[in-house]
Amino acid sequence: MSKTSKAFADGKAFIPFITAGDPDADSSVNYILAAAEAGADLIEIGIPFSDPTAEGPVIQEADAVALENGMTVNGAFEIVERVRAVKPDLPLAFMTYINPVFKYRWDAPKGVETEPYVPFFKRCKAVGIDALILADLPYEEQQEVRAVADAFDVDLISMVSPTSEDRIRSIAKDARGFVYIVSSMGVTGVRSEFQYDHIGRMAQMIRETNPDVKCAVGFGISKPEQAKEMAALSDGAIVGSAILRMIHADPAAAEQNIYDYVKEMKEAVTSAGQ
Amino acid sequence: MNEKGRFGIYGGQYITETLMNALYELETAYEDAMSDPEFVAELDRLYREYANRPSLLYYAEKMTKDLGGCKIYLKREDLNHTGAHKINNVLGQALLAKRMGKTRLIAETGAGQHGVATATAAALFGLDCDVYMGKLDCERQALNVYRMELLGAKVHSVSSGTGTLKDAVNEAMREWSNNCSDTHYCLGSVMGPHPFPTIVRDYQAVISKEAREQILEAEGKLPAAVLACVGGGSNAIGMFYNFIPDESVKLIGCEAAGEGVDTERTAATMATGTLGIFHGMKSIFCQNEEGQIAPVYSISAGLDYPGIGPEHAYLGTSGRAEYVPVTDEEAVCAFEYLAKTEGIICAIESAHAVAHALKIAPTMKKDESMIICLSGRGDKDVAAIARYRGRDIHE
Repeated sequence: MSKTSKAFADGKAFIPFITAGDPDADSSVNYILAAAEAGADLIEIGIPFSDPTAEGPVIQEADAVALENGMTVNGAFEIVERVRAVKPDLPLAFMTYINPVFKYRWDAPKGVETEPYVPFFKRCKAVGIDALILADLPYEEQQEVRAVADAFDVDLISMVSPTSEDRIRSIAKDARGFVYIVSSMGVTGVRSEFQYDHIGRMAQMIRETNPDVKCAVGFGISKPEQAKEMAALSDGAIVGSAILRMIHADPAAAEQNIYDYVKEMKEAVTSAGQ
Repeated sequence: MNEKGRFGIYGGQYITETLMNALYELETAYEDAMSDPEFVAELDRLYREYANRPSLLYYAEKMTKDLGGCKIYLKREDLNHTGAHKINNVLGQALLAKRMGKTRLIAETGAGQHGVATATAAALFGLDCDVYMGKLDCERQALNVYRMELLGAKVHSVSSGTGTLKDAVNEAMREWSNNCSDTHYCLGSVMGPHPFPTIVRDYQAVISKEAREQILEAEGKLPAAVLACVGGGSNAIGMFYNFIPDESVKLIGCEAAGEGVDTERTAATMATGTLGIFHGMKSIFCQNEEGQIAPVYSISAGLDYPGIGPEHAYLGTSGRAEYVPVTDEEAVCAFEYLAKTEGIICAIESAHAVAHALKIAPTMKKDESMIICLSGRGDKDVAAIARYRGRDIHE
């Protein structure tokens, strides 16, 4: 069992998302540790990208702030190293776009060619990143990345969405770690309504195709009752924008606010499994 | 690697899962439509009766004499309805959208020409239309914003990022993922995920299909070179496509160097970019070492894009086509030159190709010819060029 799937070993999972470097590296480390203390089962760390086409305004702002304040791919790896020093067993994922992964060279000297993807995944393994979610790498294009990811024991996470239909079967069959169910159409960001029956059908289809793989729902979730509903339909709930909004509203108070929020959300998803 | 929609290593479908089935639906509908003689005949009728095709191949005699080198022909896409080559692609895609049962078109636009063309087709076919345009571009092309509104489109000013074309593409992609069941994303250049680079190329290829016949008629032989400006690269691929098998014909793409390729204020992707994956495609992009897309600059809003279509990346790296940088200053001088010499005010985008012609035509033989694609007309640019020259004119 990969460390990513361990996130689901202990009942329903709550998975918070935090953008690396929003507003700075020290804060990110504190926010991640607070979420872990509060019971987060897996933490997604966003590597900021200049043009996040799958994100709504909140994560767009987080990425812009982080990049403006100097966050880099190296910087995100360093955040993971600091978290790992305190939490060696916490399942951790990176979430980003393919270009920063494709271009990453780690410590290769200028002018020296590196094989695409190898430096990124090599460093993931070195710092203990368990999974990678790439918003713009669909099933059809995973091939060029997957062999390298597998070689370095990083689960390349697949997404399914309300438009996936029959694609869900192929995606679930080859899934690693867990399947990320995109709750609704459009980009990330808080929503007030969901088509729970459709989400349930997607989860059902995943389970039928691949009983060994877990799935969690993300995009739009902010409230405990929504998280509970999603966890009842799947194996967990993922929350990003709602947490980043707390950070943007008051960065200094965010550590405590994230702790309280994650605790409440974890309780909500746990209650769905009982 | 997914082999579909590849030009060598370039191209592909690097896009969110939400849009994948929409891309399959589009690909199937496109293949089906293009093998339907009725669809092809209807598009041909629209080209002739609505868009004013075939466009003229004009022999620029004064310019030829003045430069003293090869004979210069201008492919007059500026004379198309809506004033640019963009209508060729838009009529094809709008007809396709209608056939697919879509009720709304969305589009990104830089200079506004593709937005105007999309708004025009939406009006003609009775479709709703939303156009995404960078905030900076809305300011520098205010006339086109009003034009789109006049045609019934809603223009969304995009203030994220650099407020230019790439941000407009980001926003159009976001909106498409919000609603791809009744909305068609009418992408304006030979970029994005498969099948867009192929669809847009096929609809723009009418430019070189006509030009090749016209030049053979006029000169009895193929041209030595064809030139076009390149941002994403739609008019250039249209101008190149039917000449690709003619190995004696040089294909020259003219990129926007802005203030120069040795400055950061440039948009010359082939000259300064590196391999990357963005906006659905593997291609060449202006970016930093960590893969963050670079802010780019050009006086021309239509060429102000940090990437280039995958087929151009392939033609360039395989050596079939050549890509050269042209600065703002060179383009403005060419804009003025063409106005004074031939009485044609071309788009500042097209002026980049004219500028390179001014450099190479004198070095070419008198019995040779070249074709410059005049991709658009320059009315939209007059106020900006006046300001560039220090005359404070506002639209």
